[in-house]
Amino acid sequence: MDTITNLLSITLGAILVNNFIFSQFLGCCPFLGVSKKVDTAVGMGIAVTFVMGLASAVCYVVDEFVLGRFGLDYMQTVAFILVIAALVQFIEMFLQKAMPSLYTALGIYLPLITTNCAVLGVVLLNVQNSYNFIESVVYGITGGLGFLLAIVLFASIRERLVFADYPKAFEGFPIALVTAGLMALAFMGFSGLKVW
Amino acid sequence: MDIGNVIAAVVVLGVLGAVFGLVLAVASKVFEVKKDPREEEILSHLAGANCGGCGFPGCSGCAAAILAGEAPVNACAPAGAENAAAIAKIMGQEAPSGERKVAFVRCNGGTNAVKRYEYVGVKDCLSATKVAGGPLECQFGCLGFGSCVAACQFGAMSIGPNGAAVVDPDKCTDCMACAKACPRHLITEVPVSKKVHVACANQDKGKAAMSVCTHSCIGCGLCQKECKKDAIHVVNGVAVIDYDKCVGCKLCTKVCPRDAILPIATAEEKEKYKAIKKAQAEKAAAAKAAETAGAAQ
Repeated sequence: MDTITNLLSITLGAILVNNFIFSQFLGCCPFLGVSKKVDTAVGMGIAVTFVMGLASAVCYVVDEFVLGRFGLDYMQTVAFILVIAALVQFIEMFLQKAMPSLYTALGIYLPLITTNCAVLGVVLLNVQNSYNFIESVVYGITGGLGFLLAIVLFASIRERLVFADYPKAFEGFPIALVTAGLMALAFMGFSGLKVW
Repeated sequence: MDIGNVIAAVVVLGVLGAVFGLVLAVASKVFEVKKDPREEEILSHLAGANCGGCGFPGCSGCAAAILAGEAPVNACAPAGAENAAAIAKIMGQEAPSGERKVAFVRCNGGTNAVKRYEYVGVKDCLSATKVAGGPLECQFGCLGFGSCVAACQFGAMSIGPNGAAVVDPDKCTDCMACAKACPRHLITEVPVSKKVHVACANQDKGKAAMSVCTHSCIGCGLCQKECKKDAIHVVNGVAVIDYDKCVGCKLCTKVCPRDAILPIATAEEKEKYKAIKKAQAEKAAAAKAAETAGAAQ
């Protein structure tokens, strides 16, 4: 029972309370870059979720059985970058062969994720919070879902903003950043939310 | 500082990197998706600028489209004729005949054409033609509302100084979107190196064509007679140039009484050419006279 409660609290924390974008400010570049349309935002969000889950799993194994064994914990950042880059490449090849439809659906977003700080952030946070394997994977996937939620909400607001009547100086990124700031404030309202 | 730590870090990360490298290398073989090798070959013959001028997402998109038969082998205008021929060879087709073509507007009327009424409706050529056959007396004239300009993705079309559309051959990619947009079907393809064009499409008979525009082709056939290369003919009441034969000598432009052939010869050039012709004719007459005189003796 305890584990389930624990996992639930991780889930809730990753999606709402400590949302990767709105309270940890990780993954802001795709958040602003590919949020002009809801369609592309969904594609990016799903791709990030997918890679964050897998990266959590693989990086946990690398950290536990390679870095931990040799006492090289201080090399985590470098090693994780290597792991993520290789992993994304591998996934891309695998998808192209095994699931061409998913490959075309994810399209350009998959290689873009190689340099996404949210992915590196989640694996480093896993270590920082000393999560075990299951917890790491759950944190990775739910963190990705939090990203998906944030980017889809943001994209739908931006789609409507196109028709809004705001001063010319706010056109484009200024109004997007104002929107993002207000959304971050709204998500601050979730802080203090707890499971039991 | 313990040097052992440094060595351990280098070795472990090196091994880790090597393992990932090997895994990726194996994976690239195992998960290799068979791509048509021709696609790479075609790609190597494209311009590689990813300009998007062909209408496909980048050069690789264009290569895929050529391979799928969705694009012509010379879809990449910047790559030139040589590469188009190479791609045609890869695709097992005939090389496209030579040079790049560009769009050309077969009207030189604009303000030279006689107006039937003042059109004040939607600024669109098709709409204008729906109102009593259009605001021009000439049924073959460019209306100048710029439907072709709007259709051009490359900024190659504009409304010229005299109110008729003109093409910038440097920017034109021969996509022919303008030709589809023109309700009067005035836009044709011409080889880019040819400079002499008949800028009129009026098929009416002499007097009718003459009354609607100062620059209309009346089908008089002077150009046809003058051409030394048999390259210009009056077809359906309007002169048409055979670009395979035309050498660009511009004799036709000098004899055209209607200034319908581009580049329009100036009055001076026409006078000069007339004088030369007259001198030649006199010389020929004199020679003939001398000949007949000689025969009589």
